[in-house]
Amino acid sequence: MDITLQQVEYRYQAKTPFERLAIFDVSFTVPSGTYLAIIGHTGSGKSTILQHLNAILQPTKGQIVVGARKIEAGKKEKNLKDIRRKIGIVFQFPEHQLFEETVEKDICFGPMNFGVSEGEAKKRARQSIELVGLTEDILEKSPFDLSGGQMRRVAIAGVLAMEPDVIVLDEPTAGLDPRGRKEIMELFYNLHKKKGLSTILVTHSMEDAAEYADQIVIMHKGTVYKQGDPEEIFSSPKELVELGLNVPEVIRFQMLYESKMGIEFPKKYLKLDQLTDAIAAQLKEGIGL
Amino acid sequence: MIMKKPIVEIKDVAFRYDHQPSRALENIHMNIYEGEWLAIVGHNGSGKSTLAKLLNGLQFAEEGSISVCGLEISEENLWTVRKQIGMVFQNPDNQFVGTTVQDDVAFGLENNGLAREIMVDRVHNSLKKVKMEEFLNQEPHHLSGGQKQRVAIAGVLALQPAIIILDEATSMLDPVGRIEVLETVRKLKEENVMTVISITHDLDEAARADRIIVMNKGKVYREGTPEEIFQMDKELLELGLDIPFSVKVSKLLREKGIPLIKHHLSESELVTELWTSHYNK
Repeated sequence: MDITLQQVEYRYQAKTPFERLAIFDVSFTVPSGTYLAIIGHTGSGKSTILQHLNAILQPTKGQIVVGARKIEAGKKEKNLKDIRRKIGIVFQFPEHQLFEETVEKDICFGPMNFGVSEGEAKKRARQSIELVGLTEDILEKSPFDLSGGQMRRVAIAGVLAMEPDVIVLDEPTAGLDPRGRKEIMELFYNLHKKKGLSTILVTHSMEDAAEYADQIVIMHKGTVYKQGDPEEIFSSPKELVELGLNVPEVIRFQMLYESKMGIEFPKKYLKLDQLTDAIAAQLKEGIGL
Repeated sequence: MIMKKPIVEIKDVAFRYDHQPSRALENIHMNIYEGEWLAIVGHNGSGKSTLAKLLNGLQFAEEGSISVCGLEISEENLWTVRKQIGMVFQNPDNQFVGTTVQDDVAFGLENNGLAREIMVDRVHNSLKKVKMEEFLNQEPHHLSGGQKQRVAIAGVLALQPAIIILDEATSMLDPVGRIEVLETVRKLKEENVMTVISITHDLDEAARADRIIVMNKGKVYREGTPEEIFQMDKELLELGLDIPFSVKVSKLLREKGIPLIKHHLSESELVTELWTSHYNK
């Protein structure tokens, strides 16, 4: 299922004295099966875009096409259920939304809300709990007796049980320890690969964007600043730094090294292993002296 | 040698949450010293945040005692202790009370009955320090998570406490915002001799602290300077943690035959060594 945004604009509290322009002229396409990362500063409009993807917010200008469905500015849209079933959003700190008595009930809530039978929902609960790396015995527990990391996984399982075509992740690893962070990122990447899920990752982490995404959209001051694959995006890192954006730490280190040594490597390295190879070779051979 | 003066004394503290079979904290015995920047690291569930809650009297120790600025925390002197400790939590949405940014920052000051002129001055000053002075009259729900967090920090700064606890307070900020906030706190710490306790998963941030405490399963696993702690290397990974980026680079370069005097904790230090040894060849 492709998703296309065309000249999307959104104003909070439009036509009131409190009106505020959050995003404008935002256009990009997420072809089916793509892993797309949206990066940008705090306040650059990332979260506002995210809320348009399943019509929590509707544009004040422009339109969004999700599969066969079009959402246009100025039209009162009805029957958004279908979009919301197909686009699963994992919000920041999704564990704050757990509320049921048992993990199983919590996971079943979403699918049943969309008309799935109880039997089918329970089957999906078992499948999705496994997908997130937990075991079936957790289904009978209260979600509130679990650790923070387990709660996060249960909340994610609840989104997966809806069997969405597209999964949208808003800073999914915030607050996790480094190991938990890595595990969650790998989990989504495997799902993306195995099930061909389109994945949209909203993140501050240039490292995650560089490592997992096929395509990167950089948001700046409410609009798309640049779009491309990681190689293209990070080939001119100085530009990003000038905008006050970060670059992956590997590239940041390469830039620091190059400026200190007064040399320039032929390309920008996205992998630390490659960069350290290049540095070691350069130091041993004395290139650039 | 400079004598270090303890500002927080934690003595044999143990704590258990209601209905939980095992203790969240056990055998915690340590001092926190005036003016230091202490980073507390550990995996999720290691007891870091529980410890912070005990320091601020949000929970009380089951065993042992905690003193802040010479005063043992008890239900009676809770409010005196809280005047000394400002706390910034992870999720800014749970700590915003004002209808505008400046009202939010003023809230704590109003509770303390400060004169209006002092209040106005402090509100403006602290918002300036977190670079939110342009947002004085904005409503909180119009701010992004990171912006709200900077306002929350301003709210603490305005109260001028002796100690500030950052409970993963920067984990929701973007990298640039994170650096800004940490630099702000660092500057404040230096100017006002404020003690900073930073509970964090960000190992690059911990690398810049004066001292690090590693928590594991409710106990203090190790205590030391960043240099000492990051020697642990693989042991840290086994604890679910990580090592700072510049240490990773140092290790890889050594493996690839580049001699280095040590695993550097800062990138500029590492690059300087590479440069120096290169040109002395």
